Amino acid sequence: MSLNRSQVEGIAHLARLEITEAQMPVYVDSLSRIIDFVEQLAAADTAGTEPMAHPLADQVQRLRADEVAEADQREKYQRNAPSVAAGLYLVPKVIE
Amino acid sequence: MALHNLTVAGLAAGLKAREFSSLDLALHFLGRIERLAPELNAFVTVTADRALADARAADERLARGEGGPLTGVPIAHKDIFCTDGILTTCGSKMLANFVAPYDATVVERWRAAGTVLLGKTNMDEFAMGSSNETSFYGPVKNPWDLKRVPGGSSGGSAAAVAACLAPAASGTDTGGSIRQPAALTNLTGMKPTYGRVSRYGMVAFASSLDQAGVLTRSAEDAALLLQVMAGHDRRDSTSVDAPVPDYRAELATPLKGLRVGLLREFFDKGLDPQVEKCVRDSIEVLRREGATISEVSLPSLPLSVPTYYVVAPAECSSNLSRFDGVRFGYRCDSPRDLLDLYKRSRGEGFGAEVKRRIMTGAYVLSAGYYDAYYLKAQKVRALIAADFARAFEDVDVVIGPTAPTAAFELGAKTSDPITMYLNDIYTIGANLAGLPAISIPCGFVREGGKDLPVGLQMVGPHFAESRLLSASHQYQLLTDWHKRVAPGYE
Repeated sequence: MSLNRSQVEGIAHLARLEITEAQMPVYVDSLSRIIDFVEQLAAADTAGTEPMAHPLADQVQRLRADEVAEADQREKYQRNAPSVAAGLYLVPKVIE
Repeated sequence: MALHNLTVAGLAAGLKAREFSSLDLALHFLGRIERLAPELNAFVTVTADRALADARAADERLARGEGGPLTGVPIAHKDIFCTDGILTTCGSKMLANFVAPYDATVVERWRAAGTVLLGKTNMDEFAMGSSNETSFYGPVKNPWDLKRVPGGSSGGSAAAVAACLAPAASGTDTGGSIRQPAALTNLTGMKPTYGRVSRYGMVAFASSLDQAGVLTRSAEDAALLLQVMAGHDRRDSTSVDAPVPDYRAELATPLKGLRVGLLREFFDKGLDPQVEKCVRDSIEVLRREGATISEVSLPSLPLSVPTYYVVAPAECSSNLSRFDGVRFGYRCDSPRDLLDLYKRSRGEGFGAEVKRRIMTGAYVLSAGYYDAYYLKAQKVRALIAADFARAFEDVDVVIGPTAPTAAFELGAKTSDPITMYLNDIYTIGANLAGLPAISIPCGFVREGGKDLPVGLQMVGPHFAESRLLSASHQYQLLTDWHKRVAPGYE
């Protein structure tokens, strides 16, 4: 096993995912297998190779003028929110 | 010929000649969906009222002598595309109540072209899967054998078109999610060049790999639909601002002189011998028509699966951080505090495979591992892209199988993620390099008393969609594999 339980608990916390007690061993096992599998990349000779972040090398991020292009659609967008009031998204109390 | 057996091109011609109306078509396909979609589990949402309204509007346009080549043609969208006012679930409990507030560009463009929306198709959750078994709405079945998978992640779109419940459907392809299901269900599946089709309004999985495309019953239909999907969109910052060729006009380009590179790494030990025979036989057809066949080698290509399973999860863990239980989507009951709200909403809202990929991504991006995994994978990605670029100095397209086997049985590969990931061994390279690729029907294998389709894959240089479509179309003029429909759905 390349990953142990406490590492997977740490990853789950970083990813903000609650993993049930019953499921934890399944993730320890499958994530270890995935990490073992991708480990084979280490053997590739990548000396002098630039990392590739984007498939079209000559593309550049376009800029646009900072102008208002959209109408206010807050109400429409908030229809999908679990909990809103007065145009605000509600969450459990953050500040005592 | 029954209406549902016609291609998009055939339907468009019939509409124009007033042999039938768009309303006739909508009613016919909705009837088939009602009767046959449940056993396949192909749709998440059927938009019957919308289809009838779209069809009436199309008929009015046609009556006035207006409308384009697709006006009145019914289509379905993969449920990853946002559709204004219509449920858009992405196959996830997380978005089971999400009514998109706007149309994706692909949806908008097909709608502007006059197509009629039949519904939204089932898919692997957040497009993460190769068998359509990770959907919150349950697995999709393959029309060629209901005990088998249709491939994934665009499995609902594939099953719907293969069963003639829709003449064409949209799909998305991050690691093979259009081509592999097309191969497993006897369809033509086109993944365009990265940036050719706008990703705006397409729920993001891995943004440097995701690309929208189409599943159809012929290359000609793929050309017709790609024509109105492709093109620059200012709302997608990676959309490419380059002219869109007339794909249909270029279908006439002959096979003679086409330089085909048989990809050595695609004919490896994992390839089923029956599948290999179909693929080699189809390459013979190309040779007889005057294509020149040579062998090419892409030495870094065998590393494409491990590269993908670093890059795609990394991007997925970042993209899916937006699902926080606050602004949209699933929220857990009675959260104790904000952290509990995040963790339980995500823990309960995402399925097992999505959580596995988010965690893989979080790990490879975390401090201490970033260089060893993520940066390393980005470098290997560059090697793979360079391999393809070198190959395209000598050949116009590279060719091989789309998938190593025909459709496998439901549940056969769900216990080990690596076994499932290796299904995409031949398709992932095109995504890593951003290249256009197509899968077309090229024969059948006999397994368990059923005929199962096999796909032939061609990959071309950036923006060579025309070449892939014309080669496919010319092959389809010489063969009739693509005309076969699964027994019971003819």
